[in-house]
Amino acid sequence: MADSSDETTTEEPVVDEARSALLEAIAADLGHDLVGSHLLPGKDLWIRVSSESWGATAEYLQNHQQFRFFNFLSVIDWLPSPYGRSNDSAVEVSLAQAAGESIEEADQTLGTGYGGGSTRFQVLARVHSLTTNLGLTVKADFPEDTLSVGTWVKEYPGANWHEREAAEMFGVHFAGHPGLTALYLPSAFEGHPLRKDFPLLSRIVKPWPGIVDVEPMPEAVEPPTAEPKLSPSASTENPQDVPS
Amino acid sequence: MTAISDRRQLAYIAAQAADARVNVELEAEGMTLNIGPQHPATHGTLRIVARLDGEQVVEANPVMGYMHRGYEKLAEVRTYPQVTALINRIDWLGSFANEVPFILACEQLMGIEAPPRAQHIRTILFEMARIANITLFLGDMGVQLGAVTPIFYAFRDREHILNQIESATGGRFHPNFDRIGGLKDDLPAGWIEETKRSLREIHKFCDQMDDLIIGNEIFQARTRNIGVIPPDVALSYGLSGPNLRASGVDWDLRRDSPAGLAYDQVDWRVWTHPDGDSFARYWVRLQETRESCKIVEQLLDSIPAGPIMAKVPRIIKVPEGEAFVETENPLGVMGYYVVSQGGLEPFRVKIRSASFSNMSISPWLLKGAYVPDVITILASLYFILGDIDR
Repeated sequence: MADSSDETTTEEPVVDEARSALLEAIAADLGHDLVGSHLLPGKDLWIRVSSESWGATAEYLQNHQQFRFFNFLSVIDWLPSPYGRSNDSAVEVSLAQAAGESIEEADQTLGTGYGGGSTRFQVLARVHSLTTNLGLTVKADFPEDTLSVGTWVKEYPGANWHEREAAEMFGVHFAGHPGLTALYLPSAFEGHPLRKDFPLLSRIVKPWPGIVDVEPMPEAVEPPTAEPKLSPSASTENPQDVPS
Repeated sequence: MTAISDRRQLAYIAAQAADARVNVELEAEGMTLNIGPQHPATHGTLRIVARLDGEQVVEANPVMGYMHRGYEKLAEVRTYPQVTALINRIDWLGSFANEVPFILACEQLMGIEAPPRAQHIRTILFEMARIANITLFLGDMGVQLGAVTPIFYAFRDREHILNQIESATGGRFHPNFDRIGGLKDDLPAGWIEETKRSLREIHKFCDQMDDLIIGNEIFQARTRNIGVIPPDVALSYGLSGPNLRASGVDWDLRRDSPAGLAYDQVDWRVWTHPDGDSFARYWVRLQETRESCKIVEQLLDSIPAGPIMAKVPRIIKVPEGEAFVETENPLGVMGYYVVSQGGLEPFRVKIRSASFSNMSISPWLLKGAYVPDVITILASLYFILGDIDR
């Protein structure tokens, strides 16, 4: 996944001087705390820092790199969902059949995003610099045993609610947060809704009808094996105009 | 008893105000005031638990979640085109503006770009969503201060814009008009002239609000130097949009990163105000509404010819990757962090909504405020509950 920037670089070699310089400066300052990075020239920059240095990164970014605007903080659960995707996999299977693709078994290996990472939960935050007008997405892995990283509230007070939301939705912990109580959910709520293994109850009760449930037209004599909309000609390899 | 000098008296008052901000020893004697969840000043169901010392707020804690709909979870089980129907409901007063950053994020992941005509019309509808949204604020702020008339003008004149949005998209509030790679449809015949006419109504409305509210002595007394946010605090809390520009920070994504929209083709300016108080936030929004009208008027005259849809596959699969795209929405910076694993549905969508960050400053801001000012400060921050709770 980390190599997907090749597509843009092969067409025209875009050199993003501002972001490259920023990445070099950060790499020089953080040293071995910077464990991964990803640069999409002309678009965006991702860095990944070690779990222990997550809290200190906020201080560094604010005071040494002029990232004064706090944009958001959240968490990604990289576990492939046993619920959401499998419910929709009926659609995907019929699509793959129609397109003549081989159907792959759902594998349960953890995904990784830009900047790499090896744990299930990843914290990500975004800050913006008004002096250079550049945004930066910072990531860090949550340690599997404690699920805890440092807080950003001291440097960016706006992280307070974002961390509360992340904590209740993913069941993670931010050490040093002044009051990590539930933000949205009622206090008696059990579970962490945005985790991938938390079922979306409405889908369990009634499967999503989606496009598989479309009834055939009355004059259709033979029972259609695939939906008209899913005909092989409509596969991604053969793009066609979308009807206006 | 000798009178203390003015200087000392002022220092004394300042010390008292500072006490109210930090003094938690008094809380045992204080009174708790529960504002909401059903309160007309909260535009929905926001509850604020305020601890008072006399007339001053010692501590204010917003309680949210009465409208939490879990869009981030729902987006994970819907295909990319289906997601736009959901996110229309985040900021329901400027719905079209919610769709644009998500569509732009998908387009960035897929490596496609909408044709110039589509970008142009997108920008027009984006700005009309802003006008429809902020018009209501301009009238509503009067209601919070006891002036009932402006809100009726606001509803009357917003209708002109909503009618135009409806005739172009088919939806008054939830257009669901933006598509990955372009737009659902072209503009109907005669729409441009009609829109110009309705913009003239909005110009008139802005002048009326200038007279009725900005020029009103009571309004000025109730908002000047109330709820002051210094620029550094605003930035570290993630305030954005007019709230940030009212604190003197000159940052507008429409000007600074207009990728995918047509803002760089028109002549307009970004308004800021140095004061950072409730009055500044109203003033900036009023100027911005006029500016939006100017933007739309110029764009209406220069719509390029061409298709409104790029070549996109009929079944949209987004390649593996991550993208974050933010735009300057009516309420502030709104962005979507989209993680794709190459399937039909997004793997994760993080919705960065403006009101959530704008409201997160309220515990800091309401400390030391007087009870009647709580309402004006909240109204001047201007939030939509759907944008906080998502």
